[in-house]
Amino acid sequence: MIRALSKICLSAMLAVPLAACGSNWQSALDVHGTSAISLKHLILLIVAVCSVVWMLVMVALIWALWHRREGLSTPPQPGRERRMTIAVIGAVIVTAVIIGTFTIMSFFATRSLSVAGQDELTIRVRGLQWWWGIEYLGPDPSRRFETANEIHIPVGRSVHLKLEGLDVIHSFWVPSLAGKQDLIPGRSNELTIRAEQPGVYRGQCAEYCGMQHAHMALLVIAESQDDFDKWANAERNAAAQPVEEEAAAGMQTFLTKPCAACHTIRGTIAAGTTGPDLTHVGSRRTIAAGLFETTRGSLAAWIADPQTIKPGNNMPMVPLAPEELRDVSAYLASLK
Amino acid sequence: MKRMTSILLAVVAALAGCQREQRQLRLDPPTADALDKIALMPNGIAGAPPRVYFALGKPYEANAYNLSQGKRLYSWFGCKSCHGDGQGGSGPSFLDGWWYYGPEMVSIFASIRDGRPHGMPSFRDKMTTDQIWQLAGYVQTIGSYEGKTAAPSRNDEKQTRPAENRAPAKLRFDQGPSPVHLDQGPTP
Amino acid sequence: MNMPAKASDTRDIDIQGSCLTEALTETWKTPPGIWGALTTVDHKIIGRRYIFTAFVFLVLGGVLAVLMRIQLAQPEARLLGPDRYNQIFTMHGANMMFLFAVPVMEAVAVYLVPLMVGTRNIAFPRLNAFSYWIYLAGGALLWIAFALDMGPDVGWFAYVPLSGPQYAAGKRADIWAQMITFTEVSALAVAVEMVVTVFKQRAPGMTLDRIPVFVWAMLVTSFLIIMAMPAIMVASTSLILDRLVGTHFFNPAEGGDVLLWQHLFWFFGHPEVYIIFLPAAGMVSTMIEPFARRPAFGYLGLVMALIATGILAFGLWVHHMFVAGLPRLGESFFTASSMAIAIPAGIQIFCWLATLWDGRPVFKTPLLFIIGFFVTFVIGGLTGVMVASVPFDTQVHDTYFVVAHFHYVLVGGAVFPLLGAIHYWFPKLTGRMMSETLGQWSFWLIITGFNATFFPMHILGLEGMPRRIYTYQPDLPWHALNVFASLSSIVLTAGFLVFFINVIRSAWAGDVASDNPWDAATLEWATSSPPPSFNFAMIPVVNSLHPLWDCRDALAVAKGLRTDRRELVVTSLNTAEPQAREASPRNSIWPLLTAIATSIMLIWSIFTPWAVVWGSIPIAIALIGWFWPKGTPEDEA
Repeated sequence: MIRALSKICLSAMLAVPLAACGSNWQSALDVHGTSAISLKHLILLIVAVCSVVWMLVMVALIWALWHRREGLSTPPQPGRERRMTIAVIGAVIVTAVIIGTFTIMSFFATRSLSVAGQDELTIRVRGLQWWWGIEYLGPDPSRRFETANEIHIPVGRSVHLKLEGLDVIHSFWVPSLAGKQDLIPGRSNELTIRAEQPGVYRGQCAEYCGMQHAHMALLVIAESQDDFDKWANAERNAAAQPVEEEAAAGMQTFLTKPCAACHTIRGTIAAGTTGPDLTHVGSRRTIAAGLFETTRGSLAAWIADPQTIKPGNNMPMVPLAPEELRDVSAYLASLK
Repeated sequence: MKRMTSILLAVVAALAGCQREQRQLRLDPPTADALDKIALMPNGIAGAPPRVYFALGKPYEANAYNLSQGKRLYSWFGCKSCHGDGQGGSGPSFLDGWWYYGPEMVSIFASIRDGRPHGMPSFRDKMTTDQIWQLAGYVQTIGSYEGKTAAPSRNDEKQTRPAENRAPAKLRFDQGPSPVHLDQGPTP
Repeated sequence: MNMPAKASDTRDIDIQGSCLTEALTETWKTPPGIWGALTTVDHKIIGRRYIFTAFVFLVLGGVLAVLMRIQLAQPEARLLGPDRYNQIFTMHGANMMFLFAVPVMEAVAVYLVPLMVGTRNIAFPRLNAFSYWIYLAGGALLWIAFALDMGPDVGWFAYVPLSGPQYAAGKRADIWAQMITFTEVSALAVAVEMVVTVFKQRAPGMTLDRIPVFVWAMLVTSFLIIMAMPAIMVASTSLILDRLVGTHFFNPAEGGDVLLWQHLFWFFGHPEVYIIFLPAAGMVSTMIEPFARRPAFGYLGLVMALIATGILAFGLWVHHMFVAGLPRLGESFFTASSMAIAIPAGIQIFCWLATLWDGRPVFKTPLLFIIGFFVTFVIGGLTGVMVASVPFDTQVHDTYFVVAHFHYVLVGGAVFPLLGAIHYWFPKLTGRMMSETLGQWSFWLIITGFNATFFPMHILGLEGMPRRIYTYQPDLPWHALNVFASLSSIVLTAGFLVFFINVIRSAWAGDVASDNPWDAATLEWATSSPPPSFNFAMIPVVNSLHPLWDCRDALAVAKGLRTDRRELVVTSLNTAEPQAREASPRNSIWPLLTAIATSIMLIWSIFTPWAVVWGSIPIAIALIGWFWPKGTPEDEA
């Protein structure tokens, strides 16, 4: 029953692409972040120069193969040998000049990437198999809060990310905003991102991290300072008490079933830390690390059979009666 | 002759290898239900696992993936807070050869699922059947006197005892009999 | 020289013509049948075996590649689950690097280098036999494990902690690590043989500046192997120790370091690329001569470029770790050194272009593959310059852009010349020519299919598609290009199919080849096709870089070797003056027995450390049998 239900939901899920997405929301060529923009310029320039070099080599090859030759094979002539030597040395010098220029350019580009703004918002990003734990830091501990798989940032502000790999190595990469940086256990890496335009940018783990490396995405949502503050204040609050009967029943189920052992919902007794924080899961755009758009249906499908949808992930298949499944998904969807 | 031997060797390796290395990621709900139905002796010590347990080839005792998942569950579900790294704390040690309820998989499964007197809570509502079996397999492994090749090795953390694949219990056992922990209650 | 002349001491000066051939055949032969096959130390038989085995692994790895392409042709495809896919991409990488690319280059060298330097067998021929058996055992280990669903699934680079004791359950990662030990032992053995063969067994008169470029390339490659492979053996052994007995090389909590693995791996891993590419560059330099109908332009430049590449190869491993968070200034140094490799590569390309420009190209299949090499390898080299730039790399690292880049370098830069080389040296190996028609068909199919499959991956990478993902979601804009790449891979597969059909058909029914069908200039063409077991009836004497072009009538020969035992000439390092007559070992079963004992020990030691103790005893016994003095005089001045 549950299996069939989840299959139907799954196929519906896969058929309908996420409504929020643009065409290139995870691309190093469709850039909206300060460093990604300068990287794109560098990429285009180097690619252009290299394309010209390649074409010149091909012209030389075609010419070498098919130019007119006079007479029969003769032993190499000193005059021609000398001309060839000059040509080869000239080509090598040009090569050296080009790569020297590239080296200097990339050196300066690197320096400009590591410059950060002053007014910083600091976010701790933890990489786990196979989701992202997000913690907003700040000087005041009471204003810190946790979420998962979704980062909101104010447009035009430098945001400082502290990257920590908690199990294996992951790599944080939102190509439309910045280049990637690894999250390595036992080390702390940092990355600064700044969005120039509001929008939703997708990122994905870029270092092979095991079974579900393919499904470890996150969203970065850049919005105006006002919207960001509104969102952050909402996130700081504990979860709302369910009003509808169905959702209230779902809360009971959630707290009495294995769910609560792994997940935290602030404001309830659920305080597990193995899985993502679900306090405001209903307000997040996606579930299961960017796999589905958050709807009651997708929540139900995911809870019903996580191992078919994302084989090998750490969420077990909890046996639930159909009504329990309905209630829990209603409850989670209500956690705005 | 040579070919025969090599084929034979390959078959033996296949039978031994497949069981140990297979990764059963999803247990069908009916199977999971069936695995929950153990027959326990009235005193709560020993009993019989369900038949499906044997039909699956006793997957929780020598399968590398299940054992390593069991090890992760051990830390995720807070076993460490009472049992430490397996050498005990406020809860009993698994390494001293003193199993209050016997070393059988069913007993360990029942202890985790239903809880035991003197402080062992029930995990029935916190873990799925599959997870309880995985955890039971791991717990049995750390208390085993023989190193299993499929057992997990050390973790990437401070090491306080030999890793599971090195039969830590055997080393403890060699040190001589351990005292009965009267604080943890009498044996049933 | 003080040895008393025995009745049996017959020299090649005493006998003539067919008698000489008969005597040499009797001395150097490999007996027919299974016993002969297991005991042979003939570098040509072992080299052929090596090449054949490496191509079998190429086919197996190719099948995996096709499976991956089918899986990726559709978003959220369920043909392969993540567990199987991860094994498959790991197997594909490990198999192609360790079981195909490096061994096949060594294999060609094992066959050709002794012929090209004009000697009768490789140095340490029993070690050579041993190295093949060990290689075979390592390959079998990996593939049997895969067939049993316990193939490694940690990537061919096996980064800790994912491959470490906590996150890689079971023996999968150990099988990867121990397969490394097998292939590295065999590669190191071949490298040592190669260095000694080139240094001490060159034909009299083959001074350093008369060594064919391919032989130079193999010499440089062998030194790279000797210096790079120990790093990976240390790394993989440390990994096995971490996993088996709980050492802490890679455990940060106990003072180990996760990045240590990456440094060790890439200190080997980057030279590895040149271990594969330099032999191919040597092949191009050597093959281009008969097809341009002139000597390769800039011999000195070509050789110096090989050596420079070999040295630079050890200074750029960090460009694989640009996003691991190392200090930025240090990274810029590695940008500079990585870019600098373009200079020796450029020298070679420009010299080859000059050769073609001044020559009279003969458009046979080998030259076509060389042209294909130019077209694709230059792209691979230029994308290499791109990823050498730190900021550029932060966007494309671990994406399909890199997948495209290294396939252009390795397939374009190494496999294309290799396929050309197979067409070129096939008559020497088998005595038969490969079909020109099928050769051209396979070339056009392969180059079209290759470019159509891999070029789109550059774009996919820039569009944000990471590597090593078993599937992708339908809302990402990667579907069309993936379908295109997957369809194109059919063309590529068809090209390889035609190539293999050509090989098999030609081996049975190709035109019979003359001794020197391409009118080439190097010594391997101075003997029959295929060469006799003793390679040369008389050791040739060399007076120039192109002995067969400069002495059209008959090569000068050195005389005075005994015919009743295996003898070859040892010459001096620089000037190749004859120094001694050296006995070359006879056939022996001990290399095989040693290889079996070693394999048992290595595989057993994945499961228990005691295997190292008990497993060493049979190895010691086998080695004692191998080195037991037989009472034959070793060498005479």
